[in-house]
Amino acid sequence: MAMEKVYTRTTGIVKDMVSGFCPGCMHGTVHKLIGEVADEMGRANDLIRAEGIGCCGLGQKYVTHDSAICLHGRACAAATGIKRNEPDSLVYTYQGDGDLASIGLGETMLAANRGENFTVIFINNGIYGMTGGQMAPTTLLGMKSTTTPNGRIAEEHGYPIHMSEIINQLTAPYYIERTTCADPAGVRKTKSAIRKAFEYQAAGKGFTFVEIVTSCPTNWGLDPISALDFIKEKMLPEYPLGVLRDKGKEE
Amino acid sequence: MAKGKVEIRIESCKSCGYCVKFCPKGVLAIGENVNQKGYQYVVAENPDDCIGCAQCGQVCPDAAIEVYREA
Repeated sequence: MAMEKVYTRTTGIVKDMVSGFCPGCMHGTVHKLIGEVADEMGRANDLIRAEGIGCCGLGQKYVTHDSAICLHGRACAAATGIKRNEPDSLVYTYQGDGDLASIGLGETMLAANRGENFTVIFINNGIYGMTGGQMAPTTLLGMKSTTTPNGRIAEEHGYPIHMSEIINQLTAPYYIERTTCADPAGVRKTKSAIRKAFEYQAAGKGFTFVEIVTSCPTNWGLDPISALDFIKEKMLPEYPLGVLRDKGKEE
Repeated sequence: MAKGKVEIRIESCKSCGYCVKFCPKGVLAIGENVNQKGYQYVVAENPDDCIGCAQCGQVCPDAAIEVYREA
């Protein structure tokens, strides 16, 4: 009987290229999902990526669409300029927690407050990856990193920042959702969240924000499979999943 | 006769084991041979059990798996 191809590599990532990400790193999964969504929408040639600094930079040669490497934390500011000049393209920023929630907090909040018409893909793994596992704003209390060798203590380092909830305080953002890539259902939900965000952007609705809770097996000091359990047991109680805002449903 | 088939791109596999964990039929396993980068790549150990659900492909961070299903 004839076999039909039901799952294949997206055109959004370079054919035959092996990514630079560590084994089990979900940056690869999210890059793939962005490409799949663009393929399905028929907009693969319209994508423009404004990229943060960090491990996400390893994706700059891995994706097939145009991209800009922005100053550390300033991807939302750069994306504002790109989108205003190229209103027909699909612009997204791709940022990690160190980039978006720490040094880029101001740019992120102000772009959200202006309701800029682009999509933010926020990868939250609770740690700085590329620089060697330092504490990020989203690091959990008690979680060890190279700068918090005894675990994060609230009195010394403050509490984990919940970016989706903070952005949900603003009036302008159109769509905010938090998902995870820790299991197949989560991957499918992440894909539909990215799809929804891109569709709202294509319809000119405004600021869309997708936070994705992922793992960093290398800097967490866990193997990829144990890191999945860590996401479910530790990360998700702190960062609950769900749609925080969907103005498209309210209208 | 298997209802589905998986094709693994050996050089893309980094042996993270997500596909092995999430395959509902236990088709995949981490093999004994290594690829050029030194990772023990995943192999279809029980290919006859594959149902072509594509969960392995969806969770693979490195897009190393292509899935076929009976039309």
